[in-house]
Amino acid sequence: MSAVRVENLWKRYGKVEAVKGISFEVREGEFTVLLGPSGCGKTTTLRCIAGLELPNEGKIYFDTEDVTPLSPSARNIAFVFQLYALYPHLSVYDNIAFPLRAEGLPREEVKRRVDEVVRLLQIQDLLQLKPRKLTSGQKQRVALGRAIVRRPRVFLLDEPLSNIDAKLREVTRGELKKLQKSIGATTIYVTHDQVEAMTMADKIVVMNFGDIQQIGSPHEVYHYPANLFVARFIGSPGMNFIPGTIHQREKLGILLDGDSFIPLENEQAKAVEKARTLSPQVVVGIRPENILVVPEQEALVKGEVYVFEPLGAQNVVTFRIGTHLAKALLPGDVSFTVGERVSLRFKEVRVFNAQDQKLIA
Amino acid sequence: MNEFQRRQAKNRIIVVVLVAMLCVYLFPIYWMFSTATKTKLDAFSLPPKWVWRPQAENFRNVFYVGGGGALGKVKGVEVKPKPSAFLRQLGNSIVVSFVSTILATFLGALSGYVFSRMRVRGKDDLLFVILSSRMLPPVVIAIPLVMMYRALGLFDTRFGLIIMYTVFNLAFAVWMMRSFVDDIPIEYEEAALVDGYSRFQAFFKFIFPEMRVGMVATAIFSLIMTWNEFTFSLLLTGEKARTAVPSIAHSLGTAGVNWGHIAAGSFLMVIPVVVFTFLLGGNLIRGFTFGAIKE
Repeated sequence: MSAVRVENLWKRYGKVEAVKGISFEVREGEFTVLLGPSGCGKTTTLRCIAGLELPNEGKIYFDTEDVTPLSPSARNIAFVFQLYALYPHLSVYDNIAFPLRAEGLPREEVKRRVDEVVRLLQIQDLLQLKPRKLTSGQKQRVALGRAIVRRPRVFLLDEPLSNIDAKLREVTRGELKKLQKSIGATTIYVTHDQVEAMTMADKIVVMNFGDIQQIGSPHEVYHYPANLFVARFIGSPGMNFIPGTIHQREKLGILLDGDSFIPLENEQAKAVEKARTLSPQVVVGIRPENILVVPEQEALVKGEVYVFEPLGAQNVVTFRIGTHLAKALLPGDVSFTVGERVSLRFKEVRVFNAQDQKLIA
Repeated sequence: MNEFQRRQAKNRIIVVVLVAMLCVYLFPIYWMFSTATKTKLDAFSLPPKWVWRPQAENFRNVFYVGGGGALGKVKGVEVKPKPSAFLRQLGNSIVVSFVSTILATFLGALSGYVFSRMRVRGKDDLLFVILSSRMLPPVVIAIPLVMMYRALGLFDTRFGLIIMYTVFNLAFAVWMMRSFVDDIPIEYEEAALVDGYSRFQAFFKFIFPEMRVGMVATAIFSLIMTWNEFTFSLLLTGEKARTAVPSIAHSLGTAGVNWGHIAAGSFLMVIPVVVFTFLLGGNLIRGFTFGAIKE
């Protein structure tokens, strides 16, 4: 396994700039997810790392070796395609053995290695079948098998779970992560599904418009999104946004337009104080689970129940706060009626600059 | 009538219609066969005879000149039937059409792959130019072609005909194969590339077998076209390299129209194509429906 380093990678298709000079690193054995909406350049980046696309500028390193000029076959990588790309005229066994035969390994060695992978993925029963006989979940396993079998330097996965049904996807997410850790595979995984990214990644690279928005652990991108795009993209239901202005009362805080005041503490207050001179206009971001219903005397803001959606264990409640709507995730045993007036408090808020949309604190 | 009976009735109607259509399509073949095995008298009798005594006279006449009653001993000398040119012509047909079909299909597969997968400057214009070679009726280019062939010493050679038919079929083959390759997802090749194969290996190990269905379909069409081709063969060959189709037509008019002879010759001509098509027919049907069902 190798570490991967991407340096100032540019990829243009005619006038379209698909990837705009991005740089990031993947440590050995790390599970890195490239996350972003479709068309954000994440797949192009992955294909550049694989050597399937030639970048216009920039370098790609595996450990200290510059692999930018190498062909895909010389890079010793494994690539799992979205539609698996199993060779339809070959049986499952031959599909998995295919990359080993490219290396010209002796027959017994091929068999031994394939058997090992087959046992790991528990696909013994499928060996003689042709791909068209397989379910999409089985195809996905075989595609993984073909990737693992050659012991590559890097695993590249392009939305491998997007074509299997929701239930199986949940199971496979866990298995994939376990498999990755057990073989210590350096993995770069492309997805537009933030749940996949949150559950599996050691490190998330959030991309949009061909550029990196944030690099961080799932915890970092969730709790400290670098800008409004990341804040909006991660989490479901998404983060709530209410515009406001920085304001001094007994404490420094944010004045929301409905005349509610949210005081800030210590570090956050300091950062906001610094930003105040540049622009007092901010956007406050609140995660749904950080909206609490409290007794009236503790209230920071007043709200009115707008929509009530019970999910069982939890309820999603949409409150109208001033002229804005905010979704809250509340325990399932408390119910509300539409139009009910409630007192609310925010457990944790993030403050973004309203102009450049970047995180202040 | 319940649903089941209705469906049964519907099926029966479909079968009747199919049988009727089949009769229409197969009638010429029946007529050919019957004319070939009837005597001249029977062949021309009106109303047509539905029952007759089959005889092989016409078939023998196809293979031998001067058959008929002239066999036996004439003045103590054994008269042997002289083989006709038909076998040679049939041989020409077989060599010319199979070789040109294989060439056209193989070259078409290679260029179809390139047109489908690679960036080619002026791709659309090139494809149009290739197709345009089929837009003129052969007669239009006949005179310059004949002159060229004479000048190059290709006139009345099998090699000359093979070149002609290969070019003629190539346009069709390139277009067919390109659309077949278009239907093969590019991920397969990319998977082969990352699995450690070179572009050539990826093509021959993977894409080539996937293209087989398309190549068979292309080959069948090419073969039928070449086998039945009349104009170029008539124009570009004389005695030596002439294929069977224009030769059969040639027997019109020398000594009246010997329909029995023509029917027998035509019947023998049909057999190889029918055999070839049946052998590969399964592929042909798969070829027609190729790409119609997406996974």
